[in-house]
Formats: sequence, structure tokens, C-alpha cells
Amino acid sequence: MGVAITGMGIISAIGHSVEENKTSLLASKTGIGDLRHIQTNHSQAIKVGEVSLSNAELTRQLQLPEVHNYTRTGLLGLLAATAALENANIPDCSTYRTGFISSTTVGGMDMTEKHIKQFDKDITAQKYIETHHAGDSTRKIADALRIHGLVTTISTACSSAANATMLGARLIKAGKLDRVVVGGTDSLSKFTINGFKTLMIQSDSLCAPFDAHRNGLNLGEAAAYLVLESDAVVQKEKKEVLAYLSGYGNANDAFHQTASSENGEGAFLAMQKALKTAKLNPNQIDYIIAHGTATPNNDLSESRALERIFDKQIPDFSSTKSFTGHTLAAAGVVEAVFSILALQEQYIFPNLNFKTPMPETGLKPITSVVKKEIQHVLSNSFGFGGNCSTLIFSRA
Amino acid sequence: MKKVYINSAVTISAQDTFDSDGFLNEIKGLSGKTVAARYPNYKNYIAPANLRRMAEGVKMGVTAASKALIDSEITQPDAIITGTGMGCIDDTEKFLNAIISNDEQFLTPTAFIQSTHNTVGAQIALGLKCKAYNNTYSQAALSFEWALMDAQLLLQQEEAENVLVGGYEELGKEIISYRRMMEDADGLGIQVPYSEGTSFFVVSSEKIENSVELIAMEVYSTISAESIQNSLKQFLAKNDVDLSEIDVFISGRNGDVFDSYYDLTAELFENNTQLHYKHLSGEFYTASSFGWWAAYEILYRQEIPEAMIFKGEIKSDNHIILLYNQFKGRDHSFILLKR
Repeated sequence: MGVAITGMGIISAIGHSVEENKTSLLASKTGIGDLRHIQTNHSQAIKVGEVSLSNAELTRQLQLPEVHNYTRTGLLGLLAATAALENANIPDCSTYRTGFISSTTVGGMDMTEKHIKQFDKDITAQKYIETHHAGDSTRKIADALRIHGLVTTISTACSSAANATMLGARLIKAGKLDRVVVGGTDSLSKFTINGFKTLMIQSDSLCAPFDAHRNGLNLGEAAAYLVLESDAVVQKEKKEVLAYLSGYGNANDAFHQTASSENGEGAFLAMQKALKTAKLNPNQIDYIIAHGTATPNNDLSESRALERIFDKQIPDFSSTKSFTGHTLAAAGVVEAVFSILALQEQYIFPNLNFKTPMPETGLKPITSVVKKEIQHVLSNSFGFGGNCSTLIFSRA
Repeated sequence: MKKVYINSAVTISAQDTFDSDGFLNEIKGLSGKTVAARYPNYKNYIAPANLRRMAEGVKMGVTAASKALIDSEITQPDAIITGTGMGCIDDTEKFLNAIISNDEQFLTPTAFIQSTHNTVGAQIALGLKCKAYNNTYSQAALSFEWALMDAQLLLQQEEAENVLVGGYEELGKEIISYRRMMEDADGLGIQVPYSEGTSFFVVSSEKIENSVELIAMEVYSTISAESIQNSLKQFLAKNDVDLSEIDVFISGRNGDVFDSYYDLTAELFENNTQLHYKHLSGEFYTASSFGWWAAYEILYRQEIPEAMIFKGEIKSDNHIILLYNQFKGRDHSFILLKR
């Protein structure tokens, strides 16, 4: 059956809670728009999936002292992780062996890029010298949740949170943990905006995944976490299970540092491994939340991989990045939350902005909210460095 | 559950540890704020066209990984797992400074592309055309330990037979100078230079002639000073190892006030050989992988370098080593090795 998921929390461009995210998805309401919180020369030339709350508003909502050294990555993460534990009805993490596995790509870059030139003299900026590294937000969140043992961060670019979720499941299955909070957090930064700009894969309009005329991605920011619990804890505590993480796979494309291979080999292998761990046949998958970044390269490569795995009988699929933007490290767990919502609500979420199938494949994603019986959802996450991961979620 | 063996160990460090057949017998004294590693001749391991684009951490990582595979006669590992605290900080700083000094114009993608933490793991996979499991951890002073824990899990659960695992850190230029500045502000900071380096290992469920066994490991995000002795005793008891069985205790002393954690644990090892290594490797988030490399060499060669002695005397017949590392009173790790 897999590993039980008993809680989830999320903050993204389409909402500050699971409920708000669900409402936006079912209303086909995108969160992508103009950039507000970051000063950059490119603000007119890009659209982003930005969380509407400012750092000061997040600080108030989290009841943190006014002076602190949380980065935005940490603030978003703390909000979502706290919500996940509340949702799982866990007031105290000391009762069971509990771990925390987070993920991020740029860590504290949002503060580093603002303050690096003041680090030498400005005492108020110096508190951000030690917040740059990826583990900083993770340890702050773990400390706040009072999780003291197994605490770590995975950083495999845009597949990070999928790998964090996978590690959590493996640690529970191996009996090393009873409970684990898994997920990821990434805030928007000038660094990533400019980085993707140089790669010329950032769209100046709303992204259109899998469309023939797609012209790149919209960056986003988000944090989301799941609570995984062992069967023994679920039984003992009579926990309500939201869904099961039934399959996972990790493979490397070994093709290029940033581009995906033409036949989507890494993606194919990740999906194949995930189906194997879930003991499912491809025809048992009811819905796919694709990686679907809306870059020319990713969507074609992923389509090829889907054709290979599903033998041209591709299940209903969509990319929810048209709602949230590409939230980098967090993408895998944001889409895990959406997968669980699809299982709970028995709805497929639309791939917004799609008009014309790409000529190479003719594939058409689902473009409106569709009610359907859904038992198994497959979710893909691929990153720089050829890192490809797939998760499969099954109905409780 | 399958056992876990280390079948090869390679390190590039501030000492002459890569090209030398000796084992820390010609020591370079480290002084100053930061010390660079002794870089090997990369051309023997990386094609010149690729070498040009790579930052130091990537070059060191790919080179050490190649040698670790050669030494254990493995051509394709079943998994590649890396750990790094600061990631590819050199390219990160380079791209960030280009953004700042050019006001977001005329930027080229190379530094951005290679700035992600998984660049070393990715470049190794690319070089080997290795499509297997690939993962990267970044948890400060536990970055390498988490890579190792993942490898241990894969081997114990029989999901892999040979795993390439390593840690890497490069100095970079800017953030390291500010970290050093803060360290030196109050006289309570680390008393060794910040440095860099990489260590790679092939860990396997198959025992070969050179094998050293990883008996057990445990990591903790936080432990109070009051409970450190108990945590260690519990770790040993859980793994059926008696205090008296431990021949050598290796600690990650760096001279800062948090060495008190090592003093407290060392009280349990009054009669054992106590070693340290950060005066040889310098401090960095994956410096503990240098300690792990040294422990492997001690057990495999049955030789203890003079320079590593902190307390006690060199004895022959060393079978079990306990390593303990922490940084700034958190990110604690206990590791037990046996030959």
C-alpha cells in the first residue's frame, strides 16, 4: 500500500493554506502575475508565481519576534511545515522518533543577494552571513517544530522535494523513523530570475505547458510539507490517512547539465522505477501531474518519456505550473499536495493556457476541471544535472 | 540486513593526500585565515574541454570520485550520492557578483548552470553515463554524513551493491572571508584555517581484501552538552559495542569553545588513543569526510600518523574506531568503523 500521509501544509501563489490552494485549482484561477516583492530590471519582462505576503506579514503571522534572521525561504517553510503538523494533529514531536527532511535550491540567497555588499561593516546585515547555506532554513524550522534527531536538506535542483519525500518514505520503511515531515521551500530571488533569463527559458507571458507555442517557464515561490507516518503509528493513534505514497523512483538522465535528453531517458527510468515500487502497471495510473515547465525542451522530452512508459495510451495529464509557476526545489511537494487533493476530491486539475498540441506528439493535456474516479496519481519532477524523480500517490 | 563496507577511500585536501602513497607522514603546517587544498593534476582524470568550465569543487570532486572507482575496480556504481555544505559557492558568487556589478545585464549562463549543489554528482554521472540513483545533501556539518546514511540505507535494504559517496567543499572568495571575519571577532572562534577539499568512497555490501566495515552511524541535529555522554553511551549500547572495545577515538576538534563537547566525550576514553585532524585538513562543512578517510587508512594500513595524536600513545592492533564530529555545538555525528 505504501507509506501513509497524514498531514499536509502549503503556501504558494494560489493560496496560503491547503484549502485556498484547492479553491484556486477548482476555480481554474492562476496565481501567476506581476512581480512585487523583488527589485529587478526584468520585472516588466517576466511573470511570476509570487506569494502575496511580505516578509513582515509572514513574520507577524508566524508570531516571530520582529528582529530575527529568517530568510524568506525559512519563513515560507516554517509556515507550511507548521500547517502540515497541525493538519496531522501532532502537537508534540517528541512522542515518536520524528525526522524533518526539507529541500531548497538557493537556500538563503534572497537575503545574501540583498546584503552581501554590507557584510563587511553593517552589523544588522551580518546576521545573514550564516543564513546563506541550504541547511539554515531547515534547522530553523526543525528547531521551531522541536525535531532534534534526523534533520536534513536535499538539494538536487528542481527535483529536490520529490527526493526529500522519497527519503522520508525509505526511512519509515526501514524502521529508522516513526514519523517524518518531508517537503521543500524556495523563495524567488534576483539570482534565479537572472539565471533563467540567461538560459532564455523564462516566458514574458503566462506559461503554456505542452502547447506548440510554449515559450518558457514562469518562476514561482512556495513551500509545502507532508507528514508521513508508519503503519504502526497510524494504527495506534487511529490516524486518518489522507493518501498513500505508494511509489517512488530516482534516476539520472546523464545527458547534459541543464538540458533533457531527446527521448527523456532519465524521466522514463524514474517513472519505471516508481511504478515498480508501487507494484502498479502503467494502465492503473489515472492522472499525471507532469513536470511540464513549459520550456520547449522539457515538455517535448517529458512527452517522449510519457509515450514510452504508457505505450501511447497516456492517462489524463496536466501541468499545474500554469497555476503556481515553477517553484524549483518545492515543485515536487507542491505537486504532491495537488496529487493528494486530486485523490481526495476525485478531480483532475486543468493545464491552463493550452491551445495547440505540439506537432511532434499531438498530446493534449486536460484543460478544464474534470470529475473522475482516481485511484493512483503519478507526479514527475526533473532538475538540472539530469536529476529525475517520480512519485506515485494512491487513494486512502 | 546486509553489512556495509568501505572498499576504497580517496581524499584531496590541504595535505599531500592524493598523489602520495604515504599516509600523512610529510605534514604541511596550516596557518592563516584560509588555506586552499593541494590540487592534483586534473588532466589525468578530466578532459581539458570540460576542465575549463569547472570550478575547483567540481574538479576536485570529479577527480576524487574517478580515483575511488578505479581503486575499487568499479566501473558503474549503483548510486552516486554527494554532500556539500556550501555547494558550488565559487560559481554562485561569480554569478551573483556579475548581477550586481553589471546591473543585471550582459550575463552569461555558465556560472549559473554550474552553481547548483548537485553539480558534482551530475558531472560524475555525466562522465560515467551513469543513469542510476543520484542524490545530493546539504545540511551544514552533516552534509557528508547524510550522503553516507543514504548509501548505508541503500545497501542495507539491498537496493544497491556499490555506492559512490563523497563530500566536497570549495573555499570560494567572498562569503568565506565574512565567515572568517565573524569567527575571529570574539576570540572564541575556530583556531584552524577554513579550508576546502573532497573525499570520495566506494561503499559496498560486498567485502573485499581492503574492506573496512561501517558498523553503525547516528546523526543528531541538536544535543545538549549535558546529554552528550549519554547519547554516545546509548549509541554504543544499541550497537552492542562496549566502551572498552574502542581502540581509537577521533574527534573533530577545531579549537573553538564548542570543543567542550569533545572534552566531555573524551572523558569516556581516558585510556584510549585519541586523535584529531582539523589542524591538518582545516575546517569546512565536509571536513569530517577527511576524518573518515583517515580512519579508513588507519584500519586498512594498521598505521597511525604521529601528526594525528591528540592524547595517548600509538598502539598496535587497532580494530575499532569511533569518530565524533560536531560544529558549533550542533550537527553531531557518531560513526563506528571496524577492521
